[in-house]
Amino acid sequence: MSKIDPKKFKSAKKSDIPKDLSELSEEERERLKVLGLDESLKREGEFVQVDAKPLLCKKEVEGLEILPITEALEKYKWLKDYYWKALSPEKDEFTKAAAEDLDNGYFVRVLPNYKLIYPVQACLYIRTENISQKVHNIVIVEEGAELNLITSCAVHPHITSALHIGVSEYYIKKGGKLTFSMIHMWGEETIVRPRTGIIVEEGGTYISTYVNLFPVKSIQTSPVCRLLGKGARASFATIVVNHPDSYIDIGGEVYLEAPNTRTEIISRTVVYGGENIAKGKIVAKSPKVKGHLECQGLMLSHKGIMKAIPELDSYFSDVELTHEAAVGKIAKEEVEYLMARGLSEDEATSLIVKGFLTIKIEGIPPALQKQIDKTLELASLGF
Amino acid sequence: MKILLEIKDLWVEIEGKEILKGINLSIPVGETHVIFGKNGSGKTSLLMTIMGFPAYRVKHGKIIFKGEDITDLPPYERAKKGIGIMFQRPPTIKGVKLRDILKLCAKENNLKIEELAQSFGFEEFLDREVNKGFSGGEIKKSELLQLLIQNPDLVLLDEPESGVDVENMQLIGEMIKKLLQKDIHHKPRTKSGLIITHTGFILKYIAADLGYVIIDGEIYCKGNPIEIFEGIQKYGYEGCKKCLKRFNFLSETGG
Repeated sequence: MSKIDPKKFKSAKKSDIPKDLSELSEEERERLKVLGLDESLKREGEFVQVDAKPLLCKKEVEGLEILPITEALEKYKWLKDYYWKALSPEKDEFTKAAAEDLDNGYFVRVLPNYKLIYPVQACLYIRTENISQKVHNIVIVEEGAELNLITSCAVHPHITSALHIGVSEYYIKKGGKLTFSMIHMWGEETIVRPRTGIIVEEGGTYISTYVNLFPVKSIQTSPVCRLLGKGARASFATIVVNHPDSYIDIGGEVYLEAPNTRTEIISRTVVYGGENIAKGKIVAKSPKVKGHLECQGLMLSHKGIMKAIPELDSYFSDVELTHEAAVGKIAKEEVEYLMARGLSEDEATSLIVKGFLTIKIEGIPPALQKQIDKTLELASLGF
Repeated sequence: MKILLEIKDLWVEIEGKEILKGINLSIPVGETHVIFGKNGSGKTSLLMTIMGFPAYRVKHGKIIFKGEDITDLPPYERAKKGIGIMFQRPPTIKGVKLRDILKLCAKENNLKIEELAQSFGFEEFLDREVNKGFSGGEIKKSELLQLLIQNPDLVLLDEPESGVDVENMQLIGEMIKKLLQKDIHHKPRTKSGLIITHTGFILKYIAADLGYVIIDGEIYCKGNPIEIFEGIQKYGYEGCKKCLKRFNFLSETGG
């Protein structure tokens, strides 16, 4: 993968942005609807940013705050204690670019003990060719609070080239729970660099689901999650379809830093071509911790490359770390089984792929599961 | 008598090894035939060849179904024409629920999945990953449910009694009876079956019209299934090898 220079892209601040969402074309609205921006779905709050500009920011319930990050930083001086605290701006050229010239991003906070039932939907949308969109998001789930946040990222159906840098810092306080889901729909020339840091305190829970089923030029990300308090837990599920000419490198690092913390990192990748790297790392920095890494790849082409790289590091003996990785092709007997029931070879393969990518994630809201299923249906049309 | 399936001088090899050597048989519409044979005799291979799995290479001979030569058709074309198979050891397919497959099987008929599953006390398996962690009896029920929804005219059953406890055998027998329209008495049946049995237990539940013995890829005899089974129980398959009826059978088929 050749080096990417964020400065080669145009500034997102200079693009011509509609005044509100109603000015988006039907095709654009349809695309965002698939990703969850759908009026018929119940939401506790919504945030939509187009290029550099937040176009929608609303909340329906008490106990929830949603603001563009630039406003939040002005409004709350204390937010500096969270800004660039789970991640360093010096991490790489992308974090540096976001720190130097921020376009915006969202701030979402749930006040103590508020348990939100329906999801909060955020949408980061690139509408102008060849820009770089640099966002910084902060999510704070206060003590005993619960939030279900869905972030959809997409480019305009007719643009391909763009750079998205998404810095995200998530803080889950004592006994809090954040269910975070991210669904991506990029263009064939889009470069994506999410940089994520997560800190979970005692008894807190972080559940992450990442879905990317469409072509993209390049994605490289590796969220770093620190479980700092006793009994904290984190789970990561990644569902990826790697198309020809796409380079997707997705990792996940979890540091188990207190007793009884546990984590599970699961990924399912289907490779039609291009290059895929599925990394996972669990580090036991405390005794009495538990972690499991599972990485499965289905190769549907001779032209693609898949690398599964699991890593388990332990500094104590009293830990339980396991990993399981498997890369291979579709089993012939599965295809033949379905063919004997009247499915053509293509229909059988499509059903097997869909099944392979269907992972039931504990704690995932049914609405999101439906959305993932819908995205899968849509993606399978192009298979 | 209308013939549903006719197999003419069928020679089949798998990975270069000859496994069926000149099989001849014909199944009329509405009849159920059974095949007896030791493990490795070629029984399963015969069923797999009728279904059309590519690993079973037909070197010579023909498979005629409903008057049409289907020897070169892929399995799904045969399924669409009305052949259905019950697998002895079906694979688990990750993330694919029994219901997903049933929905696809039901494509062209209106049988209600839920209702049918309930009638066999199997509704709780609909949303489970197909075959994952299923017991022997559950696998059979799942297979038979798929066939009942698929509703084929020719049913191929590979040892339907294997791995099934006595309690479940009754229910599985009922499902097979329904599949083969053995519950119909006063009008002609349209469904036919070819059943492999190793133990012969299935004969207690299904009245079969004709039996065959396969040894080393060849049909050694055909006749009344109960009589053949009793003979095997008494003299073993070695007895079949010595049996004089074999010569009658060979002269009859021109072998």
